[in-house]
Amino acid sequence: MTTRGIDDVVKPWDRQQMAARLARDIPEGWYVNLGLGLPTLIPDYIPEGREVVFHSENGVLGMGPVPPKDHVDTWLVNATKQNITLVKGASLFHHADSFGMIRGGHLDLCVLGAYEVAENGDIANWATSQNDAVPAVGGAMDLSAGSKRLWVLMEHTTKDGLPRIVSRCAYPLTAACVVKRVYTNLAVIDVTERGFEVLDMAPGVTLESLQACTEAKLRRVG
Amino acid sequence: MIDKRVASIADAVAGVKDGSVVLLGGFGVVGQPQELLGGLIEQGARDLTIVSNNAGFGSPMLPKLFALGRVAKLICSFPRPTPPAFEELFKAGKITLELVPQGTIAERIRAAAVGVPAFYTPTAVGTRLAEGKEIREFDGRNYVMERALHADVALIQAWRADRWGNLTYRGTGRNFNPVMAMAASLTIVQTRHMVELGELDPESIVTPGIFVNRVVHVESPDPPPA
Repeated sequence: MTTRGIDDVVKPWDRQQMAARLARDIPEGWYVNLGLGLPTLIPDYIPEGREVVFHSENGVLGMGPVPPKDHVDTWLVNATKQNITLVKGASLFHHADSFGMIRGGHLDLCVLGAYEVAENGDIANWATSQNDAVPAVGGAMDLSAGSKRLWVLMEHTTKDGLPRIVSRCAYPLTAACVVKRVYTNLAVIDVTERGFEVLDMAPGVTLESLQACTEAKLRRVG
Repeated sequence: MIDKRVASIADAVAGVKDGSVVLLGGFGVVGQPQELLGGLIEQGARDLTIVSNNAGFGSPMLPKLFALGRVAKLICSFPRPTPPAFEELFKAGKITLELVPQGTIAERIRAAAVGVPAFYTPTAVGTRLAEGKEIREFDGRNYVMERALHADVALIQAWRADRWGNLTYRGTGRNFNPVMAMAASLTIVQTRHMVELGELDPESIVTPGIFVNRVVHVESPDPPPA
């Protein structure tokens, strides 16, 4: 445990627990797009029998789990270009329709990873400097600007213990004023007009210890 | 008799001019017309602008076109992993990269296809990819103006086709292909299966033949496991 300001009794959520904590809050019937990295763990934790439809921006609604090695259809890939399966009821469509779905506000939820989230809802998740050698953005800006709600799933601090929940993003923005909620290994935090509001904390985390590794001001609610 | 079938890859890509804007279907390697790309390499057109979601991920063809110095500009959303050939040219200032959000590429192509010269989108507002572009407020929200992306040529991979150029696709091989097929002056298709006119169910045709100029039958292999 290297996070500054947190003592030894703290039990941060691990990656699986973070995904499970977020999955718990996705109600039946939502259409959901998951970004790269941590968010891809979420489908494993949707409770049995709860119908949630996963979208992949390359033209799938009803994305299912990774197939066993001897049952791979190589014509089916997700946004990270891994082979996938389709669930019953799945549909396929082209890219303009897929991003029309995104930009038109038809997706209930998008979950992305991020480098930083600011208290006004700004997200920075695509570039770490102003002069990346070969920059790449993919669908991150479309998903951030277009989804009905954007939740971020990320570690609370950098590997060096630096805050990622900040009053203003230092990295180049992906979208302005769009993040609604942040799930980290230490807490669940809403982005509101009054600033960051802490909804839940991992075992042993106190508001004081959380504040110590968060650059922006936090308030406890509920 | 309408017959858009051509006998060879060389016939399919014949006449592509230097300086052409070329739409390249595919998401990664799935749905990317490898054999048509090979034909374009052989055909020799230079100073090309390539519009592709990726920069050659999973296939040697597009990186080869870069390495041959035939591409002046790449319009792309996610040029990673970056082929060494592209990275070298990029760092040397010998190729231009226009980085465009994925949905904005798709919509710029769609706009060109349907006669819309420009549109406003919320994507990229407040980011460096909107710098220098017109921002306009509608109903209290800011949008950035994006221009239609017209092309001279589209290279498309279909699953089944008939001699009128009606097309269907397979799995996520659909991706950019249907919208790119609609937006070019010359739309060239490679198809895994060529079927008789009337065999494709009209209810299931994804790209109507009006958008297609040439179709070549290529028994290309399935994409490799990812």
